[in-house]
Amino acid sequence: MICVQSEDFNLQVEYDKLRQQSNVGAVVTFSGLVRDCNLGKSVCALTLEHYPGMTEKALTEIVEQAKQRWDILACTVIHRVGKLALQDQIVFVGIASLHRQEAFACCEFMMDYLKTKAPFWKKECIKPGESYWVDARESDHQALFKWTEHLNNAE
Amino acid sequence: MIKVLFFASLRDQLGISELQLPCEANPDTNSLLDNLKAQDQHWSKALKQKQLMVAVNQTIATSNCLLQDGDEVAFFPPVTGG
Repeated sequence: MICVQSEDFNLQVEYDKLRQQSNVGAVVTFSGLVRDCNLGKSVCALTLEHYPGMTEKALTEIVEQAKQRWDILACTVIHRVGKLALQDQIVFVGIASLHRQEAFACCEFMMDYLKTKAPFWKKECIKPGESYWVDARESDHQALFKWTEHLNNAE
Repeated sequence: MIKVLFFASLRDQLGISELQLPCEANPDTNSLLDNLKAQDQHWSKALKQKQLMVAVNQTIATSNCLLQDGDEVAFFPPVTGG
């Protein structure tokens, strides 16, 4: 399931949906939150913009790629947009599989791809009336390399 | 016509989120970008950023891409979700 929404989500509800099949032996979940500081600046709120239509398409593509790599039984991606306050939940990725290895790897893969391929943009508010667009991090792009290393080595 | 969209910091810099451009002969994303940059210095500067991303019909274009009437082209800075 893929969902881009302004509403909050409930971890227990999402977890329970992932473990409905009786063959599920492992569920790995990740949630990303609004923290109060970034690169030495204090943050008081966050606004998330997206590209309606393309964002859902990009997330679907990431899920398809993940399913080709790992044998997963269920998968949920929820990403919020709009205005968020400190400690709010931003993103949820949950993976259900037979064994833990696939679920751990798949969840990390999905987050690494989401952070560099899905059209979302964060604007951080540092004090009332003052906000700036967050720059992309090189470390997020570096994180992709481990998933494409075997392709690079094959060349 | 070609629908052109701008997002996030790029939209703020340009002060516009969407415009429609007539479809020229044999258009592609490079010529579209050149036409937009040629509007004035402000546009030229805003669209010159090295990491500018381009999507055609909601799919990332990693190299120059041919366009046709009715296409949707979006320009935006590197993504920062998650």
